[in-house]
Amino acid sequence: MRFFADQLTLGLTLGAIYALIALGYTLVYGIIELINFAHGDVFTVGGLIGLTLIGLLQLQRASPLLLIPGLVVVFLVAMSLNGLLGVVIERVAYRRLRNAPRLAPLITAVGVSFILEGAIFLVKGPDHISYPNLLPTGDITLAGFALGANNLIIIALALFLMVGLQQFIQRTRIGRAMRATAQDRDAARLMGININRTIAITFFLGSALAAAGGIINGFYFQDIVFNQGFQAGLFAFTAAVFGGIGNVVGASVGGFVIGVIVAMVAGYMQGGQQWSDVVVFSILILVLVFRPTGLFGMQVPEK
Amino acid sequence: MSKKIAERGLRHRLRQISAEGMLALSTGRKIPYILLVIALIAFPIVDSNAPHVDVAADAGRWILLALGLNIVIGYAGLLDLGYAAFFAIGSYSTAILASGQFNIHLSFWPLLFASALIAAFFGLVLGAPTLRLRGDYLAIVTLGFGEIVPRVFRNASKFTGGVNGIVGVDQPKIPSVFGLHGYSFGFNPVPYYYLMLVVILLSILLINNLRNSRLGRAWMAIREDEVAAAATGINTVTTKLLAFSLGASFSGFAGAYYASKLFIVTPETFSFVVSVTVLLMVVLGGMGNIRGVIVGALVIYFIQSYVLIQLPGWITSATQALNIDFLTKLDISGYVQRSSFLIFGVILVVIMLLRPQGLIPSAQRKVELELGTSEEAVSDLRGSA
Repeated sequence: MRFFADQLTLGLTLGAIYALIALGYTLVYGIIELINFAHGDVFTVGGLIGLTLIGLLQLQRASPLLLIPGLVVVFLVAMSLNGLLGVVIERVAYRRLRNAPRLAPLITAVGVSFILEGAIFLVKGPDHISYPNLLPTGDITLAGFALGANNLIIIALALFLMVGLQQFIQRTRIGRAMRATAQDRDAARLMGININRTIAITFFLGSALAAAGGIINGFYFQDIVFNQGFQAGLFAFTAAVFGGIGNVVGASVGGFVIGVIVAMVAGYMQGGQQWSDVVVFSILILVLVFRPTGLFGMQVPEK
Repeated sequence: MSKKIAERGLRHRLRQISAEGMLALSTGRKIPYILLVIALIAFPIVDSNAPHVDVAADAGRWILLALGLNIVIGYAGLLDLGYAAFFAIGSYSTAILASGQFNIHLSFWPLLFASALIAAFFGLVLGAPTLRLRGDYLAIVTLGFGEIVPRVFRNASKFTGGVNGIVGVDQPKIPSVFGLHGYSFGFNPVPYYYLMLVVILLSILLINNLRNSRLGRAWMAIREDEVAAAATGINTVTTKLLAFSLGASFSGFAGAYYASKLFIVTPETFSFVVSVTVLLMVVLGGMGNIRGVIVGALVIYFIQSYVLIQLPGWITSATQALNIDFLTKLDISGYVQRSSFLIFGVILVVIMLLRPQGLIPSAQRKVELELGTSEEAVSDLRGSA
């Protein structure tokens, strides 16, 4: 039971990270029907920006009183910078191809992914880089189970961001513009919505959330490597598809589900660590084959 | 009545045009190709440097892969991001059935075709349920498949030797018949070169004929507009499935060749980068154009196996010759050495933005990519709701 609870917390923590990445896939897919292949690498870049900021602010040695405002600054700045990266990627690589056949932007997305990965590789090299854990390390006992404080904080932070995003999309003017653009781009344009700006904002939001995921991922695993975004991105994409791509709630739920599945496979299957990606990709294929709309999806992806 | 005559007239004209086309190809335009083939046959005889022939044979393997993927993406318009999986399946099929792994030593020649068939079979298994999906979903499914396959080969170490792979794949032998001496390929690249040359020439003939056949036209119809193609009576699922598994069989064929030529098969050789490299060759050369794809394969192979390897050395000697202290300290060559990923990415993005039709485009594809298909993305989403 103890082991099960541990795997479950691990799964939910992983899931929080996958969900934060998955939101970026789902937002972008919802609005321009593009699988933003580079998103996994945007996640890595976000983590690296966070690492650089932590180094600049010397947060490892900061007193607990300064740590919290310091972390807020790190998250806000990293999310903004990474959001801008997303905007630049959209502007350079995708906007011109908005009306091209679908294959064209998908191929540039693969290209952008290679560029980002290559650039990180060039600057940071092939080795794993250690990442400081700035979250508290103690345990909190809850209903008889000792839960890691860091796990709880990560899950809570992810939930906070998800709810914030959902509220932003549902309540604000920009959110309404995003929904309108996703529904019918031309009609939205006729209603006076600036399409380019709305799509740019969507990329900004997705990339900003990926940065939050990247920093959390660094804290939790205390490690970052140039190509971590490839696998994490695919897992997150699976989560987005599982929940129903284009659907914000679906991506969040899907993220947690995939996280728990990965943790359970790793914990209970013999040699599970090696097989977890095979299991996740099989889930991806099965979901796409049998229920391409996912759990919460409403659009039918078949032509 | 007059309409009928006009129609007949049109048909006649069309036939004439195609006949003229055939004629043109059969006389004047054939000569450069014949000269090229003669040059290719003469190459190992003139240049007896074994590494050169080896490089040429290896380039041929990439050409074969690119030709296969071109059927899938160039003709049928299906984006396959896991093409290396079929290559892996072909390689491992040959390696398991012709090595000391289980002490099975089947002959190379039937294995070459068996591997292609096995790869095609897996293409069917993957394609049958997934080819109904929309294009970008298919891309992700194939990507997932491309990730699964090498991992399964790596993890199922009882059968595949795990991380170390299978060492000691048999070399092809030509058996002795009619009193002629048999011949073993061994590690000599020259027979491999000729084998690859023959395979490529036959593939080009086959693909060319396929493209102009009923099936080839059906592929292109589906690529242009799947709904319209279905409306004209094309069975889209079967047609796409044929393209998919035929492309996979090319990959399996290349895999069998690769396994026996390299003598060893390891799971790392079939990563996502391989799939993207082949995709890059097809896209750079010009999707849907055989000549373009071959040129694309050669250019990328040249960049990958020569330029990227030589460039650091060139830069080092250049900075040393210039004798600028600041530059020699900067270790530019080290950076270049590590930037092949980056360069690949830049090539992909730049081609898609500036020349989406590739170096040598196919005529239809060019129009489609240049003019774009406005409204398409929105309309097929709406149409499905």
